[in-house]
Amino acid sequence: MFEIVHKRQLSEAVFEMGVRAPRVARKARAGQFFIMRTTDRGERVPFTFSDWSAEGGWIRFIFMRVGKTTHELSHFEVGDSVADVVGPLGIPTHVEDVGRIAVIGGGVGAAVAYPVARAMADAGNEVTVVLGARNEDLLILREEFEALPLKELLVVTDDGSAGEKGLVTAPLKRLAEAGEIDHAMAIGPAIMMKFCAATAKEHDVPCVVSLNPIMVDGTGMCGACRVSVGGETKFGCVDGPDFDGWEVDFEELMSRQRVYVDDERAADADYSRGCSCHQ
Amino acid sequence: MSPVEPDAGAAGPAEKPRHRPSRAPRTPMPERGAAERAQDFDEVALGYTEEMARAEAARCLQCRNATCIEGCPVNIDIKSFIGHIIDGEYEKGVAVLKERNALPAMCGRVCPQEEQCEIACVLAKKGEPVAIGRLERWLGDFDLACELEKRCVPEIAEPTGFRCAIVGSGPAGLACAGELVRLGHKVTIFESLHAPGGVLTYGIPEFRLPKAIVEAEIFMLTEMGVEIVTDAVIGATYTLDELMTEEGYDAVFIGSGAGLPVFLGVPGENLNGVYSANEFLTRVNLMGAYEFPKSDTPVARGRKVAVIGGGNVAMDSARTALRLGAEEVFLVYRRTEDEMPARREEVHHAREEGVEFKMLCSPSEILGRDGFVTGLVATRMALGEPDDSGRRAPVCVMDSEFEIDCDIVIVAVGTRANPLLAQAAPDLERSSRGYVLTDDEGATNIPGVFAGGDIVTGAATVILAMGAGKTSAHAMDRWLAGRSRAV
Ligand SMILES: Cc1cc2nc3c(=O)[nH]c(=O)nc-3n(C[C@H](O)[C@H](O)[C@H](O)COP(=O)(O)OP(=O)(O)OC[C@H]3O[C@@H](n4cnc5c(N)ncnc54)[C@H](O)[C@@H]3O)c2cc1C
Ligand SMILES: Cc1cc2nc3c(=O)[nH]c(=O)nc-3n(C[C@H](O)[C@H](O)[C@H](O)COP(=O)(O)OP(=O)(O)OC[C@H]3O[C@@H](n4cnc5c(N)ncnc54)[C@H](O)[C@@H]3O)c2cc1C
Ligand code: SF4
Ligand code: SF4
Ligand code: FES
Repeated sequence: MFEIVHKRQLSEAVFEMGVRAPRVARKARAGQFFIMRTTDRGERVPFTFSDWSAEGGWIRFIFMRVGKTTHELSHFEVGDSVADVVGPLGIPTHVEDVGRIAVIGGGVGAAVAYPVARAMADAGNEVTVVLGARNEDLLILREEFEALPLKELLVVTDDGSAGEKGLVTAPLKRLAEAGEIDHAMAIGPAIMMKFCAATAKEHDVPCVVSLNPIMVDGTGMCGACRVSVGGETKFGCVDGPDFDGWEVDFEELMSRQRVYVDDERAADADYSRGCSCHQ
Repeated sequence: MSPVEPDAGAAGPAEKPRHRPSRAPRTPMPERGAAERAQDFDEVALGYTEEMARAEAARCLQCRNATCIEGCPVNIDIKSFIGHIIDGEYEKGVAVLKERNALPAMCGRVCPQEEQCEIACVLAKKGEPVAIGRLERWLGDFDLACELEKRCVPEIAEPTGFRCAIVGSGPAGLACAGELVRLGHKVTIFESLHAPGGVLTYGIPEFRLPKAIVEAEIFMLTEMGVEIVTDAVIGATYTLDELMTEEGYDAVFIGSGAGLPVFLGVPGENLNGVYSANEFLTRVNLMGAYEFPKSDTPVARGRKVAVIGGGNVAMDSARTALRLGAEEVFLVYRRTEDEMPARREEVHHAREEGVEFKMLCSPSEILGRDGFVTGLVATRMALGEPDDSGRRAPVCVMDSEFEIDCDIVIVAVGTRANPLLAQAAPDLERSSRGYVLTDDEGATNIPGVFAGGDIVTGAATVILAMGAGKTSAHAMDRWLAGRSRAV
């Protein structure tokens, strides 16, 4: 069992959680993820590390309540335990001094972008962060990003309730056009990554994306997580999660993410009936 | 030790009457009817009763030259354990089994007996061999049904002070662990999934190998002192090197299996509804998807399911799909039934339950609409000249493509070595196909690191993996003994 040692609600549906998992914390690197099962009947769900401490023996992650498991998890409190935590999984984000880089974090993707931006800055890069969300309420980690040694932090919301009104691709396009970036890294919903990669490509800027296909084991054993990259089938969990955004077949990824929507909706509805937060 | 002398005319020992073999036909295995069992996940074969076991054991000739023993990859003293059943001394029979095989209730169920011990039985020459596997299963179940204190726990040697780490808790790792604790070493198994057992847990379905049996046999190992750490991926949570240095293990055994699924490489393979057999079976067996939404993991339940392949894995997938409620399940195989690598018994069971066999056809494309599978294009095949494996190779028949209507496709055409562990241990010598290279006793090129089971041989059988685990355990024991002398 793995004890929850930290919990913070970041917005209506977004939570930050810390779990005691010393073995995992010792090895965690930016861009990697772990798999959790909340209970013995639970599904194996992947989350990316947003932070960790080898000395403290804990890992943190930020999750959005989207379905049954994340819904259930949002009711776990400090002192409760989850059944399983396994990791770190996936190949860490490749961090080196590449010069000027834009790190784009959309929605909960900001949680994943945070350690990446930090590692990129530590490696000596000139880092511009584009932080996007549907509205101010869903904007997370703004203060944490502000505390990093960034060149610039650009905030964008769909409705203009915070920062610039629009999509993250707008500042990305400006940066690329002005020749102010040599590299981009986009982390967020598949549709956002798709348009970021396309925008970057138009300006010949390489763009790494962090994919989140459906997974089961996370160790290369099942193939649930397969994604097409440059016409080849790759396993998201062991070959990724980072891939060359120019080459990813995002349509396929989005389609594959929807495979169980009906089941998931039913499961969450079933769970919500007995759940205090839904009247 | 042997209970009775062979029948070959010699007088038996004074204290026991001479065994007179029965001439009765082989005792059939009681099974649930096909219509009933295809509706649920309960076990298909019900197992012998005591009377049946006695009757079947009585058929054994107790040969002076018991050829059956040679047929068993771990050389179980078959003659002796059957002799104990004849005499009604079941505990002694269990002890004989456990001398060689820590997991008899499992092997009795899933071993391909018909091509191992049973084919080597003298009775097989003239007629039907003794049902060795069923008797082994019966004794294994007899042991598991006993109160814990009464179960047979093999004797454990004095502690040696050495610590061994095992990577993977499939049959290879479990057998190696069981043997090492018996030899007095401290043993920790590291398993990447949340439950131990390897393919026994995530692959072979409940209706063939109940998970309660797997759990009970693994529990016995932990009673003997084996420690099992789940959620530990070697290569990620720990590297191989760290096990030997920081974690202080004196020797390591790698039994990580051949878990990487192979796909067909045809268009449409990433459509929703296309599964590797590994994913499909893992969702159902390990994650309990057949109980969704009581368990949280979903699995697509098709109306028409096409399973590609002809091995045990394909049979298990097809029969699982039926149990999930599919109206029609097709098995699509490129050769004929004669060439199918699956056990005859499983082929027979699958057919009885209603799986439809589409032989001599090979999928060339998977069709879909809106991202979901709608069908399969297959090409008819004909058998040509024998290939390297001695089987006649399938060749395409020109312009013979046809469509099969289906909404789920399960690809069960084999697995390969998972590269995860190897990535983290670049020094470990591997074949061009990724399998770990070892000597006959499982020693790898890294001193103190041994390997066995599917990660060495490629996908094989439970008992071969167990045999490899055991052989390595003894090699590790000798290696450790050498070290203690050196220190
Ligand atoms: C490598 C990786 C890293 C991730 N990191 C984060 C993170 O840091 N924060 C976060 O909030 N989310 C993250 N996710 C997504 C997260 O795993 C899903 O939101 C979660 O599984 C949803 O479970 P649920 O039961 O609550 O929702 P469900 O109702 O089951 O699913 C909602 C949607 O989530 C996705 N999903 C469902 N099951 C899985 C699964 N087993 N694996 C992957 N995706 C699934 C599907 O697109 C699905 O339609 C990550 C996913 C991957 C693959
Ligand atoms: C569906 C199916 C049906 C089968 N039916 C039969 C049958 O009827 N009879 C028969 O004899 N054989 C059968 N087989 C074959 C048999 O199950 C295998 O040959 C056998 O399980 C191999 O044992 P193993 O211990 O080498 O590997 P596995 O059973 O594959 O176990 C390997 C274990 O190692 C773990 N692991 C992998 N990598 C790591 C890592 N890096 N760190 C930690 N742990 C790791 C895995 O999670 C797994 O638990 C079947 C196989 C399948 C898939
Ligand atoms: S372990 Fe398998 S091969 Fe050996 S005797 Fe038992 S059933 Fe036969
Ligand atoms: S070969 Fe057959 S008959 Fe002879 S001892 Fe073995 S099982 Fe009995
Ligand atoms: S999640 Fe199973 S192979 Fe990637």
